[in-house]
Amino acid sequence: MKWENYTTYPSSFKDDKVFDACGISGFINTDGKIENGAKVVDMITCLKDRENGLGAGFAVYGCFPDQKDDYCFQMILNDMETKDGVKHFMEKHGKVTKEEPIDVDVEGFVSLNPPVLWRFFYQPDEDKTMGNDDDFIMQLHMKINDGFDRNAFVMSAGKNMAVFKGNGWSYEIADFYKIRDYEGYMWLAHSRFPTNTPGSWFGAHPFSLLSWSVIHNGEITSYGTNKRYLEMFGYKCNLLTDTEVLAYLFDLLIRRHDIPPTIATLAFNPPLYDTIEKMTKEQQIVVKNIRMAYRSAMVNGPFSIAVGSVIHDDPTLITLTDRKKLRPQLIGESRDGKTFFVSSEEASFQRLMISEENHAEITNVWAPRAGMPFIARVGTGLLRSGKEEPFEKITLHVDEYPPEVSI
Amino acid sequence: MSLQHKVFPKFRHVVDQGKCKKCTRCVNSCSFGALSFNGDRIVADNDKCVGCQRCAVYCPADAIRIVEDEMMYNNHGTYTPRIRKINWFQASTGGVLLASTGNDMPYRVIFDDIVLDACQVTNPSIDPLREPVETKIFLGSKPAKLDFKVNPEDEEDITMKSRFPPNFELSMPVMVGHMSLGSISFNACMAIYKAVSELGIVAGSGEGGLNEAFYPYKNNLITEIASGRFGVDLNYLKGVAGLEIKIGQGAKPGHGGHLPGEKVSSLISQTRMIPKFSDALSPYPHHDIYSIEDLAQLIAALKEATRYKIPIGVKIAAVHNSAPIASGVVRAGADFLTLDGFRGGTGAAPRIIRDHAGIPIEVAIASVDQRLREEGIRERVTLIAGGSIRYSADLIKAIALGADIGMVAFPVLLAVGCRFCQQCHSGSCAWGIATQKPDLVKRLNVDVSVQRIKNLFHAWNEELKEILGAMGIDSVESLRSNRDRLRYLGPNPRIADILGIKHVGE
Repeated sequence: MKWENYTTYPSSFKDDKVFDACGISGFINTDGKIENGAKVVDMITCLKDRENGLGAGFAVYGCFPDQKDDYCFQMILNDMETKDGVKHFMEKHGKVTKEEPIDVDVEGFVSLNPPVLWRFFYQPDEDKTMGNDDDFIMQLHMKINDGFDRNAFVMSAGKNMAVFKGNGWSYEIADFYKIRDYEGYMWLAHSRFPTNTPGSWFGAHPFSLLSWSVIHNGEITSYGTNKRYLEMFGYKCNLLTDTEVLAYLFDLLIRRHDIPPTIATLAFNPPLYDTIEKMTKEQQIVVKNIRMAYRSAMVNGPFSIAVGSVIHDDPTLITLTDRKKLRPQLIGESRDGKTFFVSSEEASFQRLMISEENHAEITNVWAPRAGMPFIARVGTGLLRSGKEEPFEKITLHVDEYPPEVSI
Repeated sequence: MSLQHKVFPKFRHVVDQGKCKKCTRCVNSCSFGALSFNGDRIVADNDKCVGCQRCAVYCPADAIRIVEDEMMYNNHGTYTPRIRKINWFQASTGGVLLASTGNDMPYRVIFDDIVLDACQVTNPSIDPLREPVETKIFLGSKPAKLDFKVNPEDEEDITMKSRFPPNFELSMPVMVGHMSLGSISFNACMAIYKAVSELGIVAGSGEGGLNEAFYPYKNNLITEIASGRFGVDLNYLKGVAGLEIKIGQGAKPGHGGHLPGEKVSSLISQTRMIPKFSDALSPYPHHDIYSIEDLAQLIAALKEATRYKIPIGVKIAAVHNSAPIASGVVRAGADFLTLDGFRGGTGAAPRIIRDHAGIPIEVAIASVDQRLREEGIRERVTLIAGGSIRYSADLIKAIALGADIGMVAFPVLLAVGCRFCQQCHSGSCAWGIATQKPDLVKRLNVDVSVQRIKNLFHAWNEELKEILGAMGIDSVESLRSNRDRLRYLGPNPRIADILGIKHVGE
C-alpha cells in the first residue's frame, strides 16, 4: 500500500463494518514555523475506523498573513443570492475588505453536492463595535447563523485563521478544499461519525467562533444545561449538535471572563469533591468557587477535544478529555521539542514517522491524564503536558476569603 | 345536629370477635375517641374514626380491619358525595372548612407524564457502584463570574479576586420542607433535625420559632421569618444555614399560617410567644411588606443583621404570575428562592384554598427557570422547589426542569410512620407526629425515626445516582435544567411546550 495515496480511499476497506467514533488530529509549531496541510491530512485520513463519510473538517491558524488584522468569514451558503444578502447585511455594520470564492475542486467532487463556499475579509465599523470588536463579531456571527432561514452558516470568523469543513470523508474534504495548499503554524483536523444529529455541511467540525475552533470526539450529556447557560450570554446554539457549546464555553470563560486556561479547563472538568478535600486551603476555595459559579459550564459525558485559539494574541493549542477519559487522546512531541501533535490514536504519529514526504520525528508520546489539559503556545512552547495535578506548578492566592459559616 | 342531617361515616371499624382478646389496647391507641369497651366487646363510634390504622396496627391478635363504609350515595356526576358532604358540613357548622395534608383533588400529576432519557451506545452510561457520581450542591447566591489576576511576570502565579456570597454545602440536592413545631410534634422535629444534621442536608424550621432544645442542630436549619414573626429573636437568626422570608405556601397561597388552638400547648406557647390554646393565625400578608421594594428592604435588613454571612431566601407559592414575581424577588436580593407548588403540604389550611388555588410545581419550575434565564439572572439564585415531590423520580424531574434543590415534607412524615389520615389539623395524631398532646407525642420514637429518615434519603440519593449514571452524567449540576433529557408522554402537548421539553418520539 502506498502511503502517499492513502487519501484516496483504498478499495479493500469499502465493505468493512462501521465503528462508532470520531477522529481528531492536529499539531502546533510552537516556534511559529509555517507548514502546509499535508501532515494533518495524513494524520486524520489514517484514522479510518473513526469516520463514516458524514463529515470532516480542518482548521488552520496563520494562513492569511497579508490580511491578519481582518476578520475572515468562511461561509457556507445555499446560493449566490444568499451570499449577496449576507454581504449586504455585513456591510451595514462594517466593511468587506475583500471577498472571494473559497478555492475548491467542484468538478472532482460533484458527489458531495457542495453548497456555495465563500470568504469575506471584514472590518467592523468602530462606531458599531463600541470598542469591543470581538463581542461585535460574535453577535454578527450569531445573527448570520440565525437570520437567513438556515441558508447561511459561518464556518469561522477569526483573524488569520480559517475553518474548512463539509459532508464527506476526510480524504474527500481534504482534496475538495485543497487543504495541502494552505499554510499555517497550527492545524486541526476532524473526521466525523455522527450519531445524535444528521451529517451536514454546517454540522461538521471544527466548530468555530472568533479565533476558537473546536474538534470533538464524544457526546455531551450536559448539553441542555450548557446550552441554557450559554443562551443567557447571547450565544445561540442552533447548529443542531452538542459540540458547538464547547466553542462558546471556551469563548465565555477564557475570552470574556478572562480566566486563565488552566483554571477555565477546571470549570469544564472539575476535580471530584473527594480530591478537592485533599487540596490546600487556597486550592479548595478556588476550585469550590469554580464549581459553584460555573456549575452550568461543567461538561459531562465522554469527550476528547482539541481547541485551537488565539489567547491574548498568542496562538494556543489546548486539548482536554472528560474526567473519566471515556474517549482517547494522545500527545506526541517532536525530537526538537518545538512541535506538538495530538491525535485520537497513535497511528497518526506513526504515519508521519514512516512517511518520506511528510516526515516528522516524534520521539516522545504520552497520554494526558483524564480531565487534565494539554496546553502549548506559539512563542512559549509547552505550558502543560496534561500529566500534572490540577494545580501543579501554579501558585495560587486568594484575595478575599469567604465568610466563616457561623457568626 | 338533628338526626335528619346525619352524614354517614367514611369508615367502618370491624372487629373479628373470634380473634379479639378484649385487651382494650385498641381503645387506648385511638386518640380520636372512636373506640370503647363495654365489658363484653369493643364498640366503635365510626363517626369519629379517621382511618389512621393505629388500632389495627397495634392489635396483638390482628383482629381489626378498617373498611370503607359501603353506604350508597345516589350516582351523580356533578354532585359527587364529596361535594354533597361539603355542603352538609357547612350547613351544620356555618364555618370555613379546615383541612390538612395537601390538595386531595384528582388533578393530573404532570411529573407522571414525563419520562427520562438514558444512554445507549454513543455515550457510555456510568455505573455508580463502580465510579463516582456526585450529588453535592451549594445553597446560596453565586457570583456571575470569577475574577482572576495573572502576575505579568509569572503566568503561573494566579490570584482569585472574587467576592464570595455565603453558600451552604448540601450532600444531596434535597431539603426537608418547613414544618413548624406546632404543626408537628417536638419528637417529629427532633427526629428531622437530627437526621438532616447527620445527612449533611437542611430542614426548614417552619414559622414556629426555634425551641432551645433544637439549637444544637441550627447549623442545618433554615429558619423562617413569616408574617406572624413567631419566635423571631437573635438566636433564630444566628448560626443557621439560611434564613427564609415566607411570603406564601403552596397549600394556601395568599394565606398566612394556621395553627389551631388545639395544638397550642404550653411548649408551643413558650416557643411562639403566644397564649396557650389560642389559634395562631398569621396575618395573610406581612404587614411590613406591601410591595417588592418593602421585601428588598427586609432582605437587606436581614443581611445586615447577619453580617452577610448567611444566605437569605424568599418562599413563594406557585401561582399564575410566579415567573415575574420570582424575577422581582431575585432582583430584590434573595440568595435563594423557594417555590411551593399547589399540591404542597400543610398542617392546617382552609379546604377551599388548599384545593383550588395555585398552579402545579412542574409548570412553576419551568416558567420561573425560563424567565430568570431570559433576564440573565438564573445563575445568581438557588432555586428550591417543593409541593408534591413524592419520591426520587419527582426530584430528578424537578431538577431536570430547572430546580437546584427539591423540598420534601410528606415523604419524611411517611418515613416516620404517618398513615395519611389527613387529620393533622385536629391535633389528635395517633402516631405522635402532628400533635402536641404529650401522651401522643411520646409515641414517636426519635431514634428510630432518625434512622428511617436517613434510610429514605439515602435511598433517594442512590436512585438519583442510578438515573444520573444511566444518563451518562457524573455530577448532578449537569442535570440541572437539562430539559433535553426529558420527554413528555401525556395528553396535552401544550404542557410540553410550557415545560420546554419535547414530546416522546421527537
